[in-house]
Amino acid sequence: MAHIQLKNISKTFGNHTALTGLDLDIADGEFFVLLGETGAGKTTTLRLIAGLEKPSEGQVLIDGVDVADWGAAERDVALVLQQYSLYPRYTVRENLEFPLKPKIRRLPDAEIKDRVDRAARTLRIEHLLDRKTDRLSGGEMQRVSIGRAIVRKPRVFLMDEPLSALDAKLREALRTELKNLQIQLGATFLFVTHDQIEAMSMGDKVGVLNHGRIVQTGTPHEIYNNPRDTYVASFVGSPPMNLIDGKVVNGRAVMAPLNFELPFSGRAGTGGATDGRPLVFGIRPEDVYLESGAPVEARVHDVENHGVEKILTLRVGDTTLRATVPARTDVAIEQPVRFAWNPDKVVLFDKGSGVSLRHAS
Amino acid sequence: MAAVRTTGEVALNRIAVVAVLIATLIFLAPIYWIASTAFKPKELAVTVPPTVLFQPEVTPFIRLFTKRVQMQKPVDPQVYEAAPWWEKRVYDGGERVLKVGNDVQLSQYPNRFMNSLIVAVISTVLAVGMGTFTAYGFSRFKMAGEADLLFFILSTRMLPPVVVAIPMFLMYRIVGLNDSHIGLIILYVAFNLSFSVWLMKGFMDEIPKEYEEAALVDGYTRMQAFFKIVLPEAATGIAATAVFCFITAWNEYAFALIMTNRRAQTAPPFIPSQIGSGLPDWTTIAAGTFLFLLPVAIFTFLLRNHLLRGMSFGAIRK
Repeated sequence: MAHIQLKNISKTFGNHTALTGLDLDIADGEFFVLLGETGAGKTTTLRLIAGLEKPSEGQVLIDGVDVADWGAAERDVALVLQQYSLYPRYTVRENLEFPLKPKIRRLPDAEIKDRVDRAARTLRIEHLLDRKTDRLSGGEMQRVSIGRAIVRKPRVFLMDEPLSALDAKLREALRTELKNLQIQLGATFLFVTHDQIEAMSMGDKVGVLNHGRIVQTGTPHEIYNNPRDTYVASFVGSPPMNLIDGKVVNGRAVMAPLNFELPFSGRAGTGGATDGRPLVFGIRPEDVYLESGAPVEARVHDVENHGVEKILTLRVGDTTLRATVPARTDVAIEQPVRFAWNPDKVVLFDKGSGVSLRHAS
Repeated sequence: MAAVRTTGEVALNRIAVVAVLIATLIFLAPIYWIASTAFKPKELAVTVPPTVLFQPEVTPFIRLFTKRVQMQKPVDPQVYEAAPWWEKRVYDGGERVLKVGNDVQLSQYPNRFMNSLIVAVISTVLAVGMGTFTAYGFSRFKMAGEADLLFFILSTRMLPPVVVAIPMFLMYRIVGLNDSHIGLIILYVAFNLSFSVWLMKGFMDEIPKEYEEAALVDGYTRMQAFFKIVLPEAATGIAATAVFCFITAWNEYAFALIMTNRRAQTAPPFIPSQIGSGLPDWTTIAAGTFLFLLPVAIFTFLLRNHLLRGMSFGAIRK
């Protein structure tokens, strides 16, 4: 188990800058999720920790020790990839044994057998042990990949989108399994994904990465309710947070260009919201509600039925926003409705920088 | 694979089979010619039209392996009776087998054949081995001028090798490499290497680097990962490359003719040298050629599964 720190890491590949000034702190035993779009630098970060790449600048510390001169073999980390981490010529058992047989930490045969059996039992792949890996289904393959990691008892588990190639049902099942496994092992996990649902449901902590920079680090709750900027606000959440341009005038939110107004009383933490300053109002769809006496009239632009709830797209002038309403709400497209918001849940962002006023210091 | 086939597809398939059969017959005709001539009696070898039905005999092979001289007068019947069956076949042709004491004098053929084997096998092993390592390096590591280096390696194939034969011959004579196995091996490695590097690079690029990275993370060194993971994955490519290199080295004629004459002479320049003056003995030459065809045929046959997979590589994977 280990405490991982990245300090002021930058990484360039030729002219391409993958990471800039990245700081990351992953506590011992933490399930840390690195969330970002394709090309944000997630995989690069992971490979730097694994020792497969060297940072152009900055330090990687494992348990406080700078590991710049350590090769991948010495760092004692385990890597689970989206695909291609199993050797096609080997059986499942041989694949599981492989990490236990390198010269630098070769284990006695009895111990190898014991560990493989235990990993197989944990992941429920005992019946597959003698099968060739090219005869496994996607889910079985990923289980074996995870097995390859857990037989080793590494200092840290690095997982690069291990669930992305699986179908939705399986992904959900393995998500829970993986989280349980991490709790059971008490191990440090660094899990990379572009799927914000995975990040929210699995992470003890989430780091949002955008264009090679960490935008925000925090618990899923913090990331969701208190996004640092409009990027995080629009990236996390499904559907994402509504972002509407406007300003505060006399304790009311006036949406530009004068489409509608909503009550907005100045609250703590919104000190910078002086009258007339160009802002972006952020409101989660679940904090927008329909009410007959509500202040703003809109038309229903679109209805998405999700079973337990409906996601409405409302149109006011040329602004659209989403609202999550109970499934029993009976609405038709183009029907006029009135809506309001929960002013306590509104997050204010500076129009220019996109940074939340609560985070700006 | 229980795909339902339409009658049209069945007909097309039949036409394809017939076309392949015809092509195969055309390709096999010269081989049949050589093989049948190798078993023909001398006087049937050059008949017009060619003799198709004949009593096959192994006499050409006996002549191929022995040193013989033309006899001035017929053999003594007692000597003929005492001779073993294969020697009688030689007497039948009006020749006698040369002997030192009781030991039969072998012809140059077995020796030349061995030279071919030594040179082709060693040069193939070296070219494929070096090519595999080089290709791995090019495939996995970034380096300055990578494209230029690869182009430079390829440029060795851009002129016909014979163009440099004379300077090579002179250089070899100075350093004493002419008529030596090493000399030929170096030459053959030199022109197979570019081919081997390029072909192996294609195969290496197809192997996901994640395999080795997983091994590196698991505690293996780059070298161990190469031997344990990459090499078995590249087996198909190695087999395909080896066959091509072996065929090139085995069949090479021009350099072997110029650079060797006795000790290290290989079979290709030796076989036509037997034509000599007077009436050529085509059956003996055909026997030599026929035996010369066998190693490549066997080698290719043994590696056929790899070759097939090798040729469809990339098309099937991914």
